[in-house]
Amino acid sequence: MNSLDVRGLRKSYAGQEVVCGVDLEVAPGECFGLLGPNGAGKTTTLRLCLGLSEPDAGEIQLLGHAVPARAREARAQVGVVPQFDNLDPDFSVAENLMVYGRYFGLGRADIAPRIPRLLEFAGLGGRAESKIQTLSGGMKRRLTLARALVNEPRMLFMDEPTTGLDPQARHLIWERLRRLTQEGRTLVLTTHFMEEAERLCGRVAIMDHGRIIVQGTPRELIAQHIESQVVEVHGPGVDAWMTEAKSHASRTELAGETVFCYANEVEPLIAGLRARPELIYLHRPANLEDLFLKLTGRDLRD
Amino acid sequence: MSSRYALPSLSLRFVAVWQRHFLVWRKLAIPSILGNLADPLIVLFGLGYGLGAALGEVGGTSYFAFLAGGFMASTTMYAATFESLFSAYSRMHVQKTWEAIVNAPMTLEDVLAGEWVWAASKALAAGICMLAIVAAAGHASFPLALASVPVVVLIGLAFAALGLSVNALASGYDFFSYYMTLLLTPMMMLSGVFFPVERLPEAVQAVSRVMPLYHGVELVRPLLSGALPAEALLHLAVLTAYALAGFYLATVLTRRRLLT
Repeated sequence: MNSLDVRGLRKSYAGQEVVCGVDLEVAPGECFGLLGPNGAGKTTTLRLCLGLSEPDAGEIQLLGHAVPARAREARAQVGVVPQFDNLDPDFSVAENLMVYGRYFGLGRADIAPRIPRLLEFAGLGGRAESKIQTLSGGMKRRLTLARALVNEPRMLFMDEPTTGLDPQARHLIWERLRRLTQEGRTLVLTTHFMEEAERLCGRVAIMDHGRIIVQGTPRELIAQHIESQVVEVHGPGVDAWMTEAKSHASRTELAGETVFCYANEVEPLIAGLRARPELIYLHRPANLEDLFLKLTGRDLRD
Repeated sequence: MSSRYALPSLSLRFVAVWQRHFLVWRKLAIPSILGNLADPLIVLFGLGYGLGAALGEVGGTSYFAFLAGGFMASTTMYAATFESLFSAYSRMHVQKTWEAIVNAPMTLEDVLAGEWVWAASKALAAGICMLAIVAAAGHASFPLALASVPVVVLIGLAFAALGLSVNALASGYDFFSYYMTLLLTPMMMLSGVFFPVERLPEAVQAVSRVMPLYHGVELVRPLLSGALPAEALLHLAVLTAYALAGFYLATVLTRRRLLT
């Protein structure tokens, strides 16, 4: 049985459909990434899956419970890391975990022995008595993650877990999330960092305008939908060079001052570029971000 | 959404929310209790003795004793109101504490019920401090004066429910000034806190009788002086109706605000 099964999910706000028929399956122990630009419907989809909002249509099974009818039972076995930290500023680090555990119906005797382990996991050993206001952004994020584990959940939902963190803090979170996957927990995360999804997720779905456009392993999706190599070129005369490049690349794209060339075989392109020292180029393998931009476009989203 | 108007399904889970608020309060319990004591002390002794000396007897008793009953009711009204407006709004909108709680196996109704009972608990604390002051001044007649304590809780529940409804509509802290200035202040003047309602014109008295605070005052004042209130069941029924209907309203409005 899947940890999460979503069929035909729909939700409108004020006459505008923000989730338009989403189907999702997340197997136990999987790390699943829901990707999409801002406003794609990721957060709404998560809220619906958790029973925090009522769908207009569709069926949701979360850990074997029908949601929203039995959302309470489902959430008892789930941990949630929200997009914006909502730690309790009136409490210390350890008190935050204690108070949050009580919302799961746990007693002091159940929670107290878990606190040192959770703090160690979050890299906050020795900070038990610290006030929330004294923590850095990364520490708050780690504490929010620890708080989501206070009920020893089988499954975790994370909405943009590393947004706003510096690389050090981000890598630490990634390392912890890998540890959680190794422990056999199921992870569902939303992100718009493709690098994050590629590193962490066994399977991803790309969502835009309330619909899932593609689903699969990052490698499969890149292989299926996009050329394997990318050459990014900029510099004086790049426009003129682009016409020449079109014959060597299966796809070229001009974004601002930069030309993106996608091809499986890039040697002819590189050879041409060596002869033009005024052009600056970067050759790299195609990644999930290239796929993402191909599918969702380069237009800004607000 | 069909379930927006469903009756609130209450569970004992709300106790965890109440407990959270209690733990926060405990950190600041001493200044909070001092405030609960100082506020009525200043008003009661200032107005009660000061104005009382000029007024003589009011409503067949000393002005201090008259004011004590009215002010005990209005103090609990304000205690429940502040908690269900400003504090609840901070937790709902500013700190997003409610959002964190409903990610656990808790419902919005659990959160609201916790806020409701907590605000009534703050009213209880204010009422007990008030009773202690009135007793120390020699104007409480025991044991019947103790019966004012559950009445204070009921007043607290009624005003907490109204406050939570206003909270669900609030666009910011400033929004609460409308409710406080346009509703609660006139209500205090019309409910017999400072002077007997009988002094008001007949038509205005009819307005007084639909105000929840009026019914609270009508219960607390006689109880403090050791008398059984006239029409006690009616007053209790009105306050209970405000509390229950108000909580239903708060539930519907909060669902509309947060569960869309």
